[in-house]
Amino acid sequence: MKIRMKFSKNGPLKFVGHLDIMRYFQKVFRRSSVDIAYSKGYSPHQILSFAAPLGLGVTSDGEYLDAEFHSSESSADMLRIINEQMNEGIELLEFKLLPDKCKNAMSSVAGADYRITFREGYYDETLFLDNVSEFISQESIFIIKKTKKSEKEVDIRPMIYEMDVVDGHIFMKLATGSVNNLKPNLVMEAFCRYLGVEHHKFAFQIHRLETYLDNDGNLMPLGSAGEEIIAPIKEKED
Amino acid sequence: MPKLALSDEILLTVDKPARYIGNEVNSVKKDPSKVDVRFVMCFPDVYEIGMSHLGIQLLYDMFNRREDVYCERVYAPWTDLDAIMREQKIPLFALESQDPIKDFDFLGITIQYEMCYTNILQVLDLSQIPIWAKDRSEEDPIVIGGGPCTYNPEPIAEFFDLFYIGEGETVYDELLDLYKEEKKNGYNRERFLRKAAGVEGIYVPSLYNVSHHEDGTVEAITPIYDDVPKTVKKQVVSDMSEATYPEKPVVPYIKVTQDRVVLEIQRGCIRGCRFCQAGMIYRPNRYRNLETLKEYAYKMLKNTGHGEISLSSLSSSDYPELKELTYFLIEEFGRQGVNISLPSLRIDAFSLDVMSKVQDIKKSSLTFAPEAGSQRMRNVINKGLTEEIILSGAMEAFKGGWNKVKLYFMLGLPGETEEDQKGIAYLAQRIAEEYFSIPKHERNGRVQITASASFFVPKPFTPFQWATMKQPKDYMDSAHLVNDTFRQQVNRKCLSFKWHDAKTTILEGVLARGDRKLASSIYEAYKSGCMFDSWTEYFYYDKWMDAFEKTGIDIDFYTTRPRNLDEVFPWDFIDIGVTKEFMKREWLNAMEEKVTPNCKMQCSGCGAARYKGGICYEN
Repeated sequence: MKIRMKFSKNGPLKFVGHLDIMRYFQKVFRRSSVDIAYSKGYSPHQILSFAAPLGLGVTSDGEYLDAEFHSSESSADMLRIINEQMNEGIELLEFKLLPDKCKNAMSSVAGADYRITFREGYYDETLFLDNVSEFISQESIFIIKKTKKSEKEVDIRPMIYEMDVVDGHIFMKLATGSVNNLKPNLVMEAFCRYLGVEHHKFAFQIHRLETYLDNDGNLMPLGSAGEEIIAPIKEKED
Repeated sequence: MPKLALSDEILLTVDKPARYIGNEVNSVKKDPSKVDVRFVMCFPDVYEIGMSHLGIQLLYDMFNRREDVYCERVYAPWTDLDAIMREQKIPLFALESQDPIKDFDFLGITIQYEMCYTNILQVLDLSQIPIWAKDRSEEDPIVIGGGPCTYNPEPIAEFFDLFYIGEGETVYDELLDLYKEEKKNGYNRERFLRKAAGVEGIYVPSLYNVSHHEDGTVEAITPIYDDVPKTVKKQVVSDMSEATYPEKPVVPYIKVTQDRVVLEIQRGCIRGCRFCQAGMIYRPNRYRNLETLKEYAYKMLKNTGHGEISLSSLSSSDYPELKELTYFLIEEFGRQGVNISLPSLRIDAFSLDVMSKVQDIKKSSLTFAPEAGSQRMRNVINKGLTEEIILSGAMEAFKGGWNKVKLYFMLGLPGETEEDQKGIAYLAQRIAEEYFSIPKHERNGRVQITASASFFVPKPFTPFQWATMKQPKDYMDSAHLVNDTFRQQVNRKCLSFKWHDAKTTILEGVLARGDRKLASSIYEAYKSGCMFDSWTEYFYYDKWMDAFEKTGIDIDFYTTRPRNLDEVFPWDFIDIGVTKEFMKREWLNAMEEKVTPNCKMQCSGCGAARYKGGICYEN
């Protein structure tokens, strides 16, 4: 059975890269002795699928990963069992059963929400907060995208679904995933240019709030594809 | 959220920032204000190497079992962070509390190889602790060294306040208790060091005077006070099954060299290879009880979540219950997706069966370590491996489906002739012939035989401590001779030969059998930018040579100079239990190409029996 898990990643854990987080979860699942499925062959491994890799230094409350299980306790019990083996700063938030024909986490991703906070010593935050609505009201926002071979101008405005000030911080909903992918830092770089201030790459602490899938044109949290497990279940034997 | 010593900006600038954040699974958290002794354990190399070391995990666990001690860890910051810390004057910190090292009571440094000596200076320097022990004040931590290189601590003696000679499990408690006691009664550094010298196995370099003959050799190493022992006795755990073991080793976030559970099945080795320091200093051979090991395997896999378990010992095949242990591991954990890795196995029917169960034959290779190419030379080094054993092992392996063979050799062994050197290529060729003697339709693809050679470095406390080394050019010439011989072999297309760099060998040779005079050379090399010498990309041979020249050191004195049988060695004040008489006897046996039986076959009276444990009491 396919399970979708949601987790958060905060504090110093933001310096642990994506590949290491994958290895981290494999060890968490072993320590917690959950009934996870392994691949066949000489070096069996758990088959995990992560939604959208988080850049180094970025924190999150909305990460997802899928895994195959043979059996499971109730969602509440699984959260407790697995969280006992997790470190400070990383916590499992959801444990849900996916329908059989569900796309995996990685190929489902369509968007994500971010909150930007300012590290001290770089900018006057109010300058940015006061100009968000003006910045986002532009019809197009061009940036130079550098690849190994070439540089090209790209309009990122269509990939910014929302941008606003929420609870005193910059909030943005961006296209994420394999089709269109926009990183918050690029938006902030364009914002700096718009304001005529120098872009400092370390000035912004980026926090991902949620990751979305596309449900007939509506962005829904990735976890919405699964359902809570109420009572222990076992995989049907073939 | 835990605090970090480094800013986000720095951590986002350096490679692999997770090396510096601590907070790993099973790392120990204590309130520093509630302990009496703060100890920080250091492996002076990059995190991934240091975290792979069992010894630190063992001592870390042992110290932290004490409520009055908080033991933390630190590793050498990689060159990128090193530069930033120097520029911004950030003091080196311990991973757990992220507190500066200079605020600790003890800085313990494990010294596993000579090529890390400059990193010891780096760690001291970045910690803002005076590099020379004589310059340290009451406020500075006590710097204590341990590990295999401390069996000749002299080249680095002046950088340390103390050395612990032997296995850490025995007298550390006594030392820590003494420190606590001294702290209670108004601590004085000098008085503590003086009293520490009275703890068996503890060497306090500042309390010994070294005098030299006119020719530069050591005349005597003498304590400067009557109550300081003349010899320092190696500490040994006599019953391995009683010794503590880290049941909850720290699990790193990033991938480290040894990313697995390590089960130390035994210490020491019965073989007595004459070049091998580990084989002498860890005598007597002692093994852990099978049932205890099974229990550790369960607990450690459960507590770490590692997907692999490996056995650690100098020669696993000599562990008496190896069969039962390996089949147990395969049956018990193999099903749960745990990989079993088995290093240093002698190739025979059993090991081939085990290996076919735990690895993909098509992808894996078999390893032999004949160490020398000719039988004559193998007798000289006392490697009890005959050509017949190698060939029949290879044949069995080929029949079992393997077709990749790796061979390890040494060049530059004492008394080695060109014929011995060429023997490396001949042996590889004969293994290939074994393969081609199998009917074509039964063969398994192409056979690949890879031989690699390193150059021999004589080590203290081995029968070869009297051996002379060669000049770099001679080493390279011998490697080229072997390579040319390989190219003349019939099956040369299936054979390949690789060799190591001779320059590292020379430096290792100087430091391994060095004396106190070398301290200023090491300091000079460090000051000129040498660090991470074991990393090829950071090894600057020329800077080292300049440092030796500047400090008036003639390296030939340490490498190519013939040593008299009665010469006093810089390390002779250390007593490892194995007597100098025995090593002298073995050196002469080597010259006569005489093989000495292993400890299981017959006791050769090396002296280690005085430890009252292990193999010496089993026959």
